[in-house]
Amino acid sequence: MSHWDSTLLKRGMRNHAFSVLTAILVLTILLVDSRSAAALPIPGTSMRAIPAFARKYGMPCSSCHQAWPMLSPFGQAFKDNGYQLGNERDAPIYQNPAYWPVTFRMTTFWHRENENRAQVDDPTSTTGGQIEGNLTTHGFDWSGLDFHTGGTLAKNVSFYVLPSSDNTGAFHFETVFARLDNVAGTSWLNIKLGKFELDNLLSEKRILTLTNVSGVYTNYHFQPATENNGLNPAFPLFSFGIGDNQDGLEIMGHSKDDRTRYSASILSSNDGTPNLPTSRTYDGFFTVSQAFQVGSLGLQRVGAFDYIGQAPTYFQFTEGNNSGIPGNAAFGLPGTGIGNRRFYRAGLIGQFYIKKYDLTAMYFHSSDDKYLATGTPFNPAYGTLPTGAQNAIWNGALFESHYTPSPQFILIQRVELVRMSQQALPIVPGTPYTPGVSVPSLSFGNENVYTFGGRYYPFISSRAGFAFHGEYAFSHQIGTSPVTGQNLDFSSLLFGFDFAF
Amino acid sequence: MRKMNLAKCLTGIAVLLVAPLVLTAQQGESHIGKLTGNAGTGKQLYFRYCWGCHGFRGDGNGENWLPTGNYPNGPNLNIQPRNFVAATFKCRSTPTGTLPTDEDVYNSLGRGLTNSNMPSWITLTNQNRADLVAFIKTLSERWKTEKAGAEINVPAEPAPTVQSIQHGKELFTKLECWKCHGPEGRGDGPSASTLTDSNDQPIRPYNFAGGSRFKCGTTNHDLYKIFMTGLDGTPMPSFADVIKPEDAWDLVHYLRTLQVSRKSPELALWEGTKEGAEIVKAQKVRGTPTGSGVNQ
Repeated sequence: MSHWDSTLLKRGMRNHAFSVLTAILVLTILLVDSRSAAALPIPGTSMRAIPAFARKYGMPCSSCHQAWPMLSPFGQAFKDNGYQLGNERDAPIYQNPAYWPVTFRMTTFWHRENENRAQVDDPTSTTGGQIEGNLTTHGFDWSGLDFHTGGTLAKNVSFYVLPSSDNTGAFHFETVFARLDNVAGTSWLNIKLGKFELDNLLSEKRILTLTNVSGVYTNYHFQPATENNGLNPAFPLFSFGIGDNQDGLEIMGHSKDDRTRYSASILSSNDGTPNLPTSRTYDGFFTVSQAFQVGSLGLQRVGAFDYIGQAPTYFQFTEGNNSGIPGNAAFGLPGTGIGNRRFYRAGLIGQFYIKKYDLTAMYFHSSDDKYLATGTPFNPAYGTLPTGAQNAIWNGALFESHYTPSPQFILIQRVELVRMSQQALPIVPGTPYTPGVSVPSLSFGNENVYTFGGRYYPFISSRAGFAFHGEYAFSHQIGTSPVTGQNLDFSSLLFGFDFAF
Repeated sequence: MRKMNLAKCLTGIAVLLVAPLVLTAQQGESHIGKLTGNAGTGKQLYFRYCWGCHGFRGDGNGENWLPTGNYPNGPNLNIQPRNFVAATFKCRSTPTGTLPTDEDVYNSLGRGLTNSNMPSWITLTNQNRADLVAFIKTLSERWKTEKAGAEINVPAEPAPTVQSIQHGKELFTKLECWKCHGPEGRGDGPSASTLTDSNDQPIRPYNFAGGSRFKCGTTNHDLYKIFMTGLDGTPMPSFADVIKPEDAWDLVHYLRTLQVSRKSPELALWEGTKEGAEIVKAQKVRGTPTGSGVNQ
C-alpha cells in the first residue's frame, strides 16, 4: 500500500471507527422491545449510482458522488450535460464496441420495523371487532433490483432506461427517456422526452436513506389524511408525489459551470403511470436555482420550484360497470377522467456547504382542491361536497445535513416536518376523525420524521460500489391511528450491504 | 562587540530555524490572483477526484491506466494521465522545459484537456482548484528545486488579413507542420502514425478540421502560446526560437482557416478569396472526422 492511501485510510479509519461504534451502540439499544411480528415490505424505490459511467470514463465514484448515490456538483454537471464530459469523446463510437452501459444495484439487509398502533383483530371479539396493537417485526431481507442503462447514443443525444423491480422481482419501467443535449450548441437548451425524475434539487432517486420510514422524502409524497377516504366509489384514486417519476417533456438549461440552472416540464396528469389510466390533462413543473461560491466554504445553492397540477374527480365513461354504482371508478375508461381540480406543490431550497459539513433546507407550501381533498366528484350526479369543505393547505420543512470526513464515509441526519394550515373538513374538537364529515383538530395528520444514519464505503473505484449502511428512522403522525385516532408512530432500523456493479 | 556577535548569532539561528518553515509553507501553497491554495485541502480533493487516473502517487498510474498501454475503453482514450511526479506539463505560458505557473495548472483544471479523459473541473470552486494546484506541486521534487518559468510575452494580435493568412500558409509548409498535422490539418501527416509522447505512448496530432477547442484553450492567444511554448511531453515543439512573433500571428490566422467546421473571422476572410473558397469547399466535402456526417 502506498504512502498516500495508507495515511489516508488510517486517519479515516480512526475517525470512522469511533463514529460507527457510537452509532451501532445507540441503535442497538433501540432493539429491545420486540413483541410481535408482521411483515412490512421495503418500498421498491429506484435509486441511482451508476458504475457504468465510472467504467466508461475511468473515474472513481467519488468524482460524481459526494457519497453515492448522492451527486457532487461535478456529478450534477455531468448529468445536466447529458452524461457527457464534453471532451469530444462522449459518443459511443469512441468506446470499445463491447462496452455496454449497464449497472445493477441491490441492497441486502437486516431490518426491524415497529408500528405503535396497528389495526389488528380483537382476539376477544366474535363479531370481527378490531383493536390496535404494537407491532414489531425484524429479520433479513433484500431490496428490489435496479437495472440502470444510460449514456449517449451520439454526441449530444443521451438516454436513460431503468427497469426496476420490487423485491419479489416484479418489474416496471422507473425511467425511460431520450434527451437532446446542448441544442443549437448552447447548454441553455436541453430537451428530454419520456418518464423521468423531476428536476428536484434534492433528488429522491439519490436519497441516502433506505428504511421503510425514510426511504423517500415525506414532504415529496405527503397527502392530507382526509384524502382517498373511499367514501365515493365514483372518485378515482388521487395519488401524487413530487418525488415520483413523471411522464412528459422537460426543457432544461444551465450555465457552463452549472451554477445557474432552470427547468420547465409539461407532464401528463397521471403521476408517472403508463397508458394514461386517468385523465388526458397536463401539469407543469418549474425550477430555477443559482449557486455561488463563498470563500473556502464551498458551493452554496438556492432555488425555488413549483408544481401546478390537476387531477380528475370522476370518469366521463365507464365500461362493463356491473356494480350497480353509477360512475364506479373501478370501471373507468382510461383517459376519460374529467371534473379536474387543481393542486400545487411549491417551495424554496437552500443547499449550503461548510467544508465537510453540508445542510439542505427546504420549505414546502402545498394545496389540494377541496374536491380532491375530500374525495368528492365534481359532479352533483355522483355526490356533493361535505358541509364546510375547503381546500386543504399545508406547509412542510426539511433539514438534511451530512458530515463527509472523507469520500469513504458519510453521516446523515434528516428532520422532516409537515403542518396542516387548513383542513379540508370542519374541525370538531373532541370527536374522532369522521371521513367526509370532520377532523378533530387543525393538527390532524401532521407528521414529523427523524432520520440518522451512516454509510461507509470500504473501497472507492471506477468499477463498482459497495457500502456498509446503518440507519434509524422514526415518524410521528398526529391522530391517524386506524381505530382510536391517536398518534401513530413508526420506526425503522436497518443495517445492510448496498452494492452496485 | 560581544553583544553584536551574540545578536548576529541569534539572528542566524532564527533564520536557520524559520527558513525551512517558510519554504515548506510556500511549497504547500499555490497563488492564483488573490487565491491562496492549500496543499492539505488539495490532498483531500485529489483523493476524491483525481487519483483514479493520476494514481495515488500522482505518477499517472491510476487504476485506469494499464501498463500495457491498453486503455480499457478503446484506443482513442489511449493517453496516459499526466505524471505529476515528472512535472512535465503541456499547457504553459512559460518557455519549453520550464515549470508552468500556478495559474497555468489552475487554468488546465478549469478547462480540461479536449480529446482526452481529463474533464473540465469548472464546477469545483475556484478555491478548490487552487488547493488542488497546491497539492499537485507537492508531488514532484522539481517544484522544490526549480521556480516556474517566466511567462512568455504575447504581443498584441494584428488584425487578420488575406495576406497574413497566405503568409501563414507558407509558414505551415516551411516549418513542416504538415508532416504531423497533414496538408489539410487533419492530423494525418506522413509522420502522424509514428508519433509517441514522453511515455512512449502513441499520440495523435491535433485535427484542425474537427473544429474542437485546442488542447490548451480556445482563443487565438491560446493558439499562439501553444506553438511558442510547445506542448512539453509531446512531439509538439516550441517554435519560439524559429519564428518571429508577427509570423506566429500569421500562422495563427492560417490555422484558423483549417477549422472548416468552426466559424471565425479568418475563415470568412479566406472563403472570400477564390483559392480559399475552393480549399474550404473541398475540405467540407471530405466530411467530418468520423465520416458519419454527424460531428461526433
